[in-house]
Amino acid sequence: MIAIIDYEAGNLTSVERAIRSLGRDCVVTSDAQTIRDAERVIFPGVGQAGSAMASLARTELSAVIHDVYASGRPFMGICLGTQIILSHSQEYDTPCLGLLEGEVKAFPLKMTDTDGSLLKIPHMGWNRIHQVSDHPILEGITEEDEFYFVHSYYPAPVQREHVLAECTYGFTFPVMLGHKNLVSSQFHPEKSGKAGLKILDNFCRWQPC
Amino acid sequence: MLSRRIIPCLDVREGRTTKGIKFKNNVDIGDPVEMAKLYYEQGADEIVFYDITASHEKRDIMIDVVRRVAETIFIPFSVGGGIRTVDDMRAVLLAGAEKVSVNSAAVKNPEIIRQGAEAFGNQCVVLGMDVKQVEVSETIPSGYEIVINGGRKHMGMDAVQWALKAQELGAGEICLNSIDADGMKTGYEVNLTRLISETVDIPVIASGGAGEPEHLREVLTDGKADAALIASMVHYGDYTVPGIKEYLHNAGVKVRNRW
Repeated sequence: MIAIIDYEAGNLTSVERAIRSLGRDCVVTSDAQTIRDAERVIFPGVGQAGSAMASLARTELSAVIHDVYASGRPFMGICLGTQIILSHSQEYDTPCLGLLEGEVKAFPLKMTDTDGSLLKIPHMGWNRIHQVSDHPILEGITEEDEFYFVHSYYPAPVQREHVLAECTYGFTFPVMLGHKNLVSSQFHPEKSGKAGLKILDNFCRWQPC
Repeated sequence: MLSRRIIPCLDVREGRTTKGIKFKNNVDIGDPVEMAKLYYEQGADEIVFYDITASHEKRDIMIDVVRRVAETIFIPFSVGGGIRTVDDMRAVLLAGAEKVSVNSAAVKNPEIIRQGAEAFGNQCVVLGMDVKQVEVSETIPSGYEIVINGGRKHMGMDAVQWALKAQELGAGEICLNSIDADGMKTGYEVNLTRLISETVDIPVIASGGAGEPEHLREVLTDGKADAALIASMVHYGDYTVPGIKEYLHNAGVKVRNRW
């Protein structure tokens, strides 16, 4: 059973539907025991870091997340879930979970494209990713595949070896992180067509050593 | 670098598409879920559903369509038409849509944009704008006026000013439909699209007038649109999503070409 953590952070049904389409059993839950008992845990989310952290603290789910990470069971953060696993977010100056050391940073204002045109924020739409390190979560993914992004902040871990993949929009920044039993993606694999489903499928099969 | 998005638009009435896909062999698919699946498999980057169901009671049929679409395709999709309240928005988003678009309801009550953005995030709220070219005047300095009811009712609002106001209220995206170009198949209103796109910081989806792939190239380059809506040119089998993408790719427009 895969637990999808429900902490009042946006629409979680799309992650649930994507996992079910892969023939996997999952449950959207905020129940601490269900999450602790799950084989795998997904930590999704859209919205803003401050209210997400407040919601986690209120329901004591932050302690559960720390426990899951420490237990060694596969754990995946998606979108906001790749941000609040770091130590701190610039979004409303929010202290975060700190599973990995790092800062969530805002895109600089007035970024320009290669042709000089102004880039819009949020970074919204389909973009390619560049794989930085070899990881089972990226199996079968090529440099041609594109993923669906919607974000105004990006994760910047301190340790370079925690970056699995990067993306370029004005400049190059991390979009997939990984360390031990933890992986995360800034894009939405559940909304990224077959390439996104492949990443979710890889996660469902992944046995971290 | 972001890919320019190609977005098929399906008009739905009481759970059926009003224009089915008519293939060369005259097979007509009128089920919006089947059509969405076909376009998803062909590499559409997003899909827009426009609910033209007349009565409020029949809204549940659309919610059921949204739910079934969400189980079938794994790309973003939005739903517009008849959205009047934050509760209407919530119903559509909970059923699985990524975004919801408001048009005339926002013209009549702009606060719905702010309420929607606060409740669900800016990225969920798309402002649909129907625009008609008029003479430049003090009220309409850009020469483009907001209209509703399919262009029959002029609202005395300047399109540029309305786009800016909607952005300020929290709209995450604008779907810009030229009433003059709509259905003509002679190309998008490139000037209008560029004007709006250069005015706002949020993405602009061009709509109305597409008849051939070159029209998409024009509006995605000269018109500075982030995305282009297409309808009859693919519904009737004259062109396909992959064919259009190949044309754009060869013309140097970045599109997602693996799916």
